[in-house]
Amino acid sequence: MAKITFITTDNETITLEGTSGSVMQLAVDNNVPGIDGDCGGVCSCATCHVHVAPEHVEKTGEASEIEQDMLELDDHANEYSRLCCQLEINDHLDGIVLQVAESD
Amino acid sequence: MKKSALSDPFEKARLEKGYGKMNDQDDPVTMILGLKEVRKCAHNWKTFQSGATPGRIVVPSEVNIRDTRQIPFEVDPPEHKGYRDLVEPWFKRPLEADYQRKLRQQMDEIVDEVLKKDTVEVVSDFSLRLQSRALTLLLNIPYEESEVWIGWGTHVFRSEDTALDGDKANILYDYIDEQISKAIETPGEDLYSMLLASEIDGRKLSREEVKGVMILTFAGGRDTVINAVTNSIAYFAEHPESLAQLKEHPEITGRAVEELIRYFAPLTHMGRVATKDTEVCAHAVKADSRISLCWASANRDTRAFENPNEIMLDRKLNPHVSFGFSTHNCLGATHARQIMHTLLISLAEKVKSIDIIDYKENIEELGEFKRKVGYDHISVKFHA
Repeated sequence: MAKITFITTDNETITLEGTSGSVMQLAVDNNVPGIDGDCGGVCSCATCHVHVAPEHVEKTGEASEIEQDMLELDDHANEYSRLCCQLEINDHLDGIVLQVAESD
Repeated sequence: MKKSALSDPFEKARLEKGYGKMNDQDDPVTMILGLKEVRKCAHNWKTFQSGATPGRIVVPSEVNIRDTRQIPFEVDPPEHKGYRDLVEPWFKRPLEADYQRKLRQQMDEIVDEVLKKDTVEVVSDFSLRLQSRALTLLLNIPYEESEVWIGWGTHVFRSEDTALDGDKANILYDYIDEQISKAIETPGEDLYSMLLASEIDGRKLSREEVKGVMILTFAGGRDTVINAVTNSIAYFAEHPESLAQLKEHPEITGRAVEELIRYFAPLTHMGRVATKDTEVCAHAVKADSRISLCWASANRDTRAFENPNEIMLDRKLNPHVSFGFSTHNCLGATHARQIMHTLLISLAEKVKSIDIIDYKENIEELGEFKRKVGYDHISVKFHA
């Protein structure tokens, strides 16, 4: 079980609990605004962009090259950016805070 | 090579130089072939614009058969955003449960229908009808209207012997004009009426702007959906084990949809017009000349895809660009994905195998490249 907190672009805080699947799916299933997950989680659409709280970057690890290539062309990306379809829910993610990124 | 396979004619050029050349009605196109470069150019709307002369970014160019600007497709930022924000919620309706229920009903009906027939010509008897019926949901108009569109045949812009046919295109444009007039007289709950009632920057959308959105909606989702559906049927005919896999593991359906769409890339490429002298892949691109973003080639780039020429239904990492990329990504993608998703669920549930009886491939001539994009016709027999 992992508690995951999303802060939306309207500064709303939503805390959800998940046991498996991707963080994107958890957010979509619970209607977190700004997380669309259009492609269902195959890293093709970049509609699940979040900024990981700097103190939690260690828990999420680094983006793969394919994910980095997607983020590279996102005008709202920074060093804490991740596509949360690529974050698998496990106990290790418990307590992380994710800021939903702006979109165009 | 299997009958359902779509080869990658761009590989050599993609590896050796990263671009290819084709002529199109004396307005040549430099085709960009690698995934990274395609994405970069798609993102760079300032240098590679969509807001050129209406019809020019389409390949083959529609400059000679169309004056109406397709919206938001042929408008660049910052104006693009206002239009896109206005239509986006409507085009996300396929995510609603009621929409999905109706689409499922349509799908089950047509699959049951073809299962009863001896042979089925997939392009006109299955894909075109399925696409037309589903479009009534997207437009939110009566189901019966699909009969009119089915009557137009498979190609709204093409006749048998020419790539572009102005007379045929006029059938669509005149039809849309008529429907807009009707919606002005008697507003309803349909897309025409929603657009006519909409405001942008404090003013009502003009009739020409409404027409621009409607042409995009009709044209963008016709051949593309028909090709995706027809190619999928051919693929399942040669891979009955895939139907069994989907039946046993419905949870992979979403990935399977993305993979089929990656592999088939129903729209080979889309053009842009350079706004200044620039360079792509160390190749000079002159101001006011055309490039194209070759989605079909980018989707086979080994730098991003393992075994790109194989369909792996449960492919986990699939950064394909079949729906384009960045600002101008496909407005109809939600509808298209839902059609494919529903198709796969219905086929897996009802169909055991499919036999291909006869077929003729539809090959696009793209200068130095020839690409199979689907079928002119393909007859099959469905088995329950």
